[in-house]
Amino acid sequence: MIQKRFENTAKAVADIHDGATLLVGGFGGSGLPSHLIAALVEQGAKNLTVVSNNIGAVSDGVAALISNNQVKKIICSFPVGPHADDLIARLQNSTIELEIAPQGTLAERIRAGGAGIPAFYTPTAAYTELGEGKETRVYNGRLHVLEQAITGDFAFIKGHRADRWGNIVYNKTQRNFNPVMATAAKITIAEVDEIVEVGELDPENIATPSIYVHRLVKMEAAPEGRVLVNG
Amino acid sequence: MVKEEQKVGWSKIELASRVAQDLEDGWFVNLGIGIPTLVADVIPEGKEIILHSENGLLGLGPKPEPGQEDMDLVNAGKEPITLKPGGCFFSQSDSFAMIRGGHLDAAVLGAFQVSEHGDLASWKVPSDPLGRVGGAMDLTVGAKRIFLCMQHTSKGKPKIVEECTYPLTAPRCVDRIYTNLAVIDVTDEGLVVQELAPGVSFQYLQECTAAPLKLHVSDERQSDALGVQQ
Repeated sequence: MIQKRFENTAKAVADIHDGATLLVGGFGGSGLPSHLIAALVEQGAKNLTVVSNNIGAVSDGVAALISNNQVKKIICSFPVGPHADDLIARLQNSTIELEIAPQGTLAERIRAGGAGIPAFYTPTAAYTELGEGKETRVYNGRLHVLEQAITGDFAFIKGHRADRWGNIVYNKTQRNFNPVMATAAKITIAEVDEIVEVGELDPENIATPSIYVHRLVKMEAAPEGRVLVNG
Repeated sequence: MVKEEQKVGWSKIELASRVAQDLEDGWFVNLGIGIPTLVADVIPEGKEIILHSENGLLGLGPKPEPGQEDMDLVNAGKEPITLKPGGCFFSQSDSFAMIRGGHLDAAVLGAFQVSEHGDLASWKVPSDPLGRVGGAMDLTVGAKRIFLCMQHTSKGKPKIVEECTYPLTAPRCVDRIYTNLAVIDVTDEGLVVQELAPGVSFQYLQECTAAPLKLHVSDERQSDALGVQQ
């Protein structure tokens, strides 16, 4: 029987290794897998490459990993925010590398990674600092830049409800980067509010099919007799 | 440069209303962070404009009543909003397929600088170690029309210039500039003033602008308006 549920976040993130590439869903605090991030701060893996849209927006986001000196490289579109001071300090002493990507390019690089496309041309960032040094090609009379796909060793995503197989339903704009990041990692770990039995989710509403989800953690205490551990 | 600037022209909400006036029934429109966000609150009654937000929704509605905020229902500025009937949710990659794929009728954006050729600088000031590109570069290459909605000057310095000195968001992408002082079109013949805000003369506008302006005078209504103000 398929069991993707982990007892707690600590067990779900235990095997994340030093040097791993980690995709983190969310847009600011919305759809942010903050419990998984907190568990990774405890776990302590270092030299991580972290791919996430916002870095400094909230204190319990990727900023917590930066403050704990676990990150060697950030790929994001919007590093600015009230919790960006530790990032700025580490940029100034060159202990962290920052790669800024236009938000749509970031989403598409991850989508491409999950879809088996190694690179693609986009008109976004042509003739700008963010397009510098990239291969270019003219299509339909317009300059395009070649962008490389992104894949992760792990992805942290947040969903609203999941079933035992790992199908996921989101709540409103909590969806954001979560479905696309789920497709692009070897191991996708989802924190959700509720886990239900297979068949209970409306198949028309499933935004992340179970094929993309490897581990599930429910954030509230599980009812007696339903705690299932998967090693 | 010109101290009196805040005392003439449109207020922020009047400026947002002036932009909203030009959005057409049935358009899909993205609003940037800052003054452009105000446009959502002033869309004329009876006009159906469907607002898009980068973080994956169509049908953005006004701010919720106090106590009704839902942190899973936010706009691109991460502020709580509401969803209008007919609205829907989708992922970030679908959201940018809409943007880059040319499906938006217009994007209303802020700016640090805009050149007389319509080059836009809006994501990074030279002294900023970080930069904040967000969706701006995708919107500027993808939306059918790029409208800027901004203060005419920043700390007394003109934001409309001959050439941008800040890092570009995209070259030659801006169609129209709405400021607290005027409505200005970017054309092949340069910057053409379509409308002056109340109390603003063409001469004053030119003093606040670091690129040559032309007056559009063929339209009777507009030339009347200009005559009154001059």
